[in-house]
Amino acid sequence: MSVQNKVIQIIADQSLIDVADVTLASTLDELGINSLGVVESIFALEEEFDIEVQFNSNVPAEGDFDISSVASIVLAVEKLVAEQA
Amino acid sequence: MNRVVITGAGTINALGRNVSETLGAMREGRCGIRPLKCPDVERLSIKIGGQVQNFDETNHFNRQQIALYDRFTQFTLLAAREAMAESGISFSEELAEKSGVILGTAAGGMNTWDDNYRAVYEKGKNRVHPFVVPKLMNNAATSHVSMEFNLRGPSLTVSTACASSNHAIGLAFQMVRSGTARAMIAGGSEAMLTFGGMKAWEGLRVMSKTACRPFSANRSGMVQGEGAGIFVLETYEDATARGAEILAEIVGFAMTSDASNIVLPNSQGASRAMRGALLDAKINVNDIGYINAHGTGTMANDKTECTAIIDVFGAHSDHLMVSSTKSMHGHLIGATGAVELLACIMALRDGVIAPTIGYESSDPECALDVVPNIARDARVVGVLSNAFAFGGMNAVLALKSL
Repeated sequence: MSVQNKVIQIIADQSLIDVADVTLASTLDELGINSLGVVESIFALEEEFDIEVQFNSNVPAEGDFDISSVASIVLAVEKLVAEQA
Repeated sequence: MNRVVITGAGTINALGRNVSETLGAMREGRCGIRPLKCPDVERLSIKIGGQVQNFDETNHFNRQQIALYDRFTQFTLLAAREAMAESGISFSEELAEKSGVILGTAAGGMNTWDDNYRAVYEKGKNRVHPFVVPKLMNNAATSHVSMEFNLRGPSLTVSTACASSNHAIGLAFQMVRSGTARAMIAGGSEAMLTFGGMKAWEGLRVMSKTACRPFSANRSGMVQGEGAGIFVLETYEDATARGAEILAEIVGFAMTSDASNIVLPNSQGASRAMRGALLDAKINVNDIGYINAHGTGTMANDKTECTAIIDVFGAHSDHLMVSSTKSMHGHLIGATGAVELLACIMALRDGVIAPTIGYESSDPECALDVVPNIARDARVVGVLSNAFAFGGMNAVLALKSL
């Protein structure tokens, strides 16, 4: 599975919806993922890809990990996988 | 109903090894948050904390005691000794039987858990020291205080996360007020700054890597601390009959539950707790000059807490001073309410309001006088101490000067 497909799978699992209903343009909020859900998703991504994500829920927009959409998360994960390989 | 007063206080925390050092640091706006010193610190994402400085257990306890005293118990006993020495009270016969200990802690003997997990799971050891259970149990600190000072009445340990100390002190206050107990030792202690403890908190993504800046628009989360705060509570009559010096009077206490989210605070639960404390104390909003806030430095808490304060105090909010000393000593979790009570005593007894340090930019959602960066001389007659914990457990104490 590609990084993108794995990320979509993880987000779908977190939001308890079908993979087919997760689009790249979706925001986590639209998918019904609240602040605790965001933190859990990040944990799942770290576990799956063996990466370390810098993320502070107090200042979510700061730092490199852009969670504003599924697409941005895929890009952020790909970047970390390449950097931390 | 008895009036309840505090006749002794003791502490150990990142700001000092006793009350005088701690209050001195608060008065000067000194920061006790520093780079963490612990094994494997390179593996931590958060590398700062409010650690107790220069603490060598062998300076205070012998080998047999160390075998029984987890770090949280050690902190408790040092603080309890200071409080008892100041109070001058001694427990024997009938007084001993009618007096007890209520302490708060969130994680109890975490260091002992951590050390022994390491031994058993990581190093594969097949036996651990026989005293591990009595050492790590959450009531260990309470029990050792009762044993050391001969308290034979009602004793227990309370665990409500970051509100543990307020709950403990509040329940002890109620017992003395109602006459269920003659005197009580109350407070809290925490020693969660272990590698495992830090890793657990990191996962929640609420901690700051740089500083604790309550109410500041650029705040970035909480910073953990450790330590203990212990107080002697007795009736006003007993205290004055003994000629004891009174530090402050506890006049009210209220507890509420948010019943909403397991980690996010709810302003209504907080408002109800503050209102409840005022009602219980039979004082009104105008009597309060200072609030020691829960003020963790997270986006969620500080905003919610300010909303709740303005809801309760209305127009009087403009005349309130609200500071968070967590900016200086960190968030002591189960011990935080106890150490913060010292700031309340300093306000009432010494007329010095502790500052919120690290304050850099104003947040319109926290539009209160947060006593930014510099302590202030001010006379206040009534104060509140807030604690709003994970799981929606809220506990607020109301105190007055004598």
